[in-house]
Amino acid sequence: MPQPNAAFLPSEAEYLSCIRCGLCLAVCPTYRESLNEIDSPRGRLALARKGIDGELNLSPNLFEQMYACFDCLACNEICPVGLRPADLAVEMRRVQEQARPQRWKKMVFGEIVRRPELLEAATGPLRLYERLGLRRLLYRLGLRKLIPRRLRDMEALLPPLPRRPLRLRLPEVTPARGVGRYRVGFFLGCAQNLMFAEESAAAVRVLARNGCTVVTPRETVCCGMPAMSFGRPDDVRRQAIHNIRLCEKADVEVIVTDCATCGSVLKDYGKLLADDPDWSERAAAFSARVRDISEFLLSIPLEKPQGRIGKRVTYHDPCHLRRGQGVWRQPRELLKMIDGLDFVELSEADWCCGMAGTQLITHYQTSLDVLQRKTDNLAATQAGTVATGCPVCRMQLSLGIHRSGLDMQVVHPVALLDRAYSRGE
Amino acid sequence: MEEEIMLTQSILSQLEKIAGRDGVRSSPEDLAVYGYDGTFEESRPGVVLLPRTTGQVSQIVEVAVAQRIPIVARGMGSGLAAGSVPSRGGIALATTRMNRILEIDAANAVVRAEAGVVTADLQTAVENLGWFYPPDPSSLRHATVGGNIACNAGGPRCLKYGVTGDYVLGLTVVLANGRILHTGGKCIKDVVGFDLNALFTGSEGTLCVITEAVLRLIALPKFFRTALAEFVSLDGAARTVDSILAAGIVPAALELMDETAIACVEEAMHLGLPLDAEAVLLIETDGADEESVSREIEAAAGICRKRGARRVRVAGDEAERASLWQARRSVSPALGRKAPNKLGEDITVPRSAIPEVIRRLKAISGKYGLPVVIFGHAGDGNLHPNILFDKRDPGQWKKVGQMVEEEFSAALDLGGTLSGEHGVGAFKRPYLEKALGPVSIEIQKRIKQALDPLNILNPGKIFPD
Repeated sequence: MPQPNAAFLPSEAEYLSCIRCGLCLAVCPTYRESLNEIDSPRGRLALARKGIDGELNLSPNLFEQMYACFDCLACNEICPVGLRPADLAVEMRRVQEQARPQRWKKMVFGEIVRRPELLEAATGPLRLYERLGLRRLLYRLGLRKLIPRRLRDMEALLPPLPRRPLRLRLPEVTPARGVGRYRVGFFLGCAQNLMFAEESAAAVRVLARNGCTVVTPRETVCCGMPAMSFGRPDDVRRQAIHNIRLCEKADVEVIVTDCATCGSVLKDYGKLLADDPDWSERAAAFSARVRDISEFLLSIPLEKPQGRIGKRVTYHDPCHLRRGQGVWRQPRELLKMIDGLDFVELSEADWCCGMAGTQLITHYQTSLDVLQRKTDNLAATQAGTVATGCPVCRMQLSLGIHRSGLDMQVVHPVALLDRAYSRGE
Repeated sequence: MEEEIMLTQSILSQLEKIAGRDGVRSSPEDLAVYGYDGTFEESRPGVVLLPRTTGQVSQIVEVAVAQRIPIVARGMGSGLAAGSVPSRGGIALATTRMNRILEIDAANAVVRAEAGVVTADLQTAVENLGWFYPPDPSSLRHATVGGNIACNAGGPRCLKYGVTGDYVLGLTVVLANGRILHTGGKCIKDVVGFDLNALFTGSEGTLCVITEAVLRLIALPKFFRTALAEFVSLDGAARTVDSILAAGIVPAALELMDETAIACVEEAMHLGLPLDAEAVLLIETDGADEESVSREIEAAAGICRKRGARRVRVAGDEAERASLWQARRSVSPALGRKAPNKLGEDITVPRSAIPEVIRRLKAISGKYGLPVVIFGHAGDGNLHPNILFDKRDPGQWKKVGQMVEEEFSAALDLGGTLSGEHGVGAFKRPYLEKALGPVSIEIQKRIKQALDPLNILNPGKIFPD
């Protein structure tokens, strides 16, 4: 295969100083399952380097290794030289996409995710499946067993689906309860809107209760993470500009999201548009305002919930919240605020759950293997609830719990806080 | 290429029958990532094998013997002497998937484990039951038990507890003809016949493929105290090492880091290390009795102060202790921040010669104008001078060769040796004769000849051609 005539190639500084020490092998979830160097950050970096240097062909198999990375960022964190192998893997996907763009990616990331109404229409049948009781029927009659295992796993990922997407129900402005002290923008992510609507509704209630006038711009589009991880940062730039414009119009002090993935991307808009003379400043100003909901709640005087939740609860760190945003203390503190709640720390709490966006679909077996490690750790806590602030992790954890037959609920930490508030009333 | 001619499709399908399709890898991408270890050296294998049992390894060796294909065994590839780089192609045999801990026998205080178990995982497993497996190479989280044995790995704690080989009671190995041999067992004492455990430990994959080990455990120390002593002069720090040991204190570890090492770690990890000290000593005492452990660390701290330490900080809690150790373990990799390449040696001298060898190492650095960072296990005389350079600059690369030679000369001259824990691998071969003399080399070559007459096990390593 000819070397692509690419406008973009990762720079030498991103790989040259790898000293192959191997520290990253210890923390890489895919390596620790496959025990094969090709699934390690060091291996992927070596392949990227050799591909760029021309020592290896930029073959489909080489690019496949870049897609095998779960982008959990653990290697970025541990690399003593300061390299970011996970970022490099994602950049290499861009190299491939540039050389040979794929039609379906253009369709999905260039068109569908940019238009919430299309996304909502596309997922309509799933809501109908829930609403007509077909799903309950399937479970009750034991018909699920007739579905192939893999499809069954995909089905088990789906949380109870809302009747209507939250975007269509949530008022553009939710007034603060009592005195309005902050004007907060709420960035409603796609997965929250379509699947975890009740939890985002709870997040808005918690914000309003704590003195926030919550503005939810209806026309925001996907943060850009899927396009980014499929090698299409140019689509992300377009989405970023659209979202920045809307939030500027909303005139808010901070932009809060209850989705770990969205938060990590929104905080990166500044970097993403740094070389765009028209947008660099506006993007940087936007990113500086973005907060994960737990991060924001702990930065303001927060009402102590009066209701009790007498449950043992543990917490799973989403990669893109803990390593992507450095937020790990805050969600734990939120949980510990709740009376009666018995917080128990999860062993390897910040180890990837294995979903990593779409890995369950694209790398089914590895994803399940990584999930099993997580599920074993969850089981050891003997908690009845695991809290986590990422919709993708939530789906994957639910699947693991379902597969292992654990009796455990997965919730957003802020939804638990909301429950404690409402019980106190 | 030679190895491509050797590895025909029919051989590959034989290997697939043994190791399964998933255990035989031969795409250009697979081969590319098994060409290196923890160094800059590189050479591509003809095929990568990931067996799961000793039986599979044995069958693989039989195929290799019949076809005269070199076999290079490896664990996680963190070695620092290019010992597992397949310099003559052939089979790269990774033991990483043989990773079961087979038995923790508390009654006899031994653990039996497959070669691919990660050293840190083994330690965690036995520590959970109150036992202790002391060998602690800095790579313990990304190195395997089998690799540690093959290189007789050391680490900071070896000052008090000894090296990997001191814990090997038994081995299961596959010999160069494919036969499986069990050596030793669970007995602490065993003087029947030659000590084959000792022969295979540190043999770097040249005499056999290690697939399983029985390792001795000791009681887990209950108490630890760790101190960091800052010195304004490197020489002062070096002299203090001897004073501490001469006072009858045997710390669990006594580590030295010079100013460049400190700076690199601090830049990488932000642990609050002193950037204006010329050297620090990291001292740890441990034991079963809290009072004596504390007394020892205080005594060591006192000696440091008397010998000119400007500040001695004793870690207040486990978190502080962990961060000091994290700092020490990160030195080698963190040097990557200073230059694209580094060459780390691990010369060892009698410990009274430490101040002198450090002076000589600094002189070598001055003479050639390339930085030599010095850190290591000062307590047992095992130092890691690391030359920082850019391999793409032929001038620098040439100097590195000359510097290494002078480093080795300095060590030998002071009654020391080339390597305390990394092994000879490919890198130190040219200097072996000078270190061992012709008689020793001849005997060792004859042992190699007896065990691997076709020279298929890791050819091109340890011995000069």
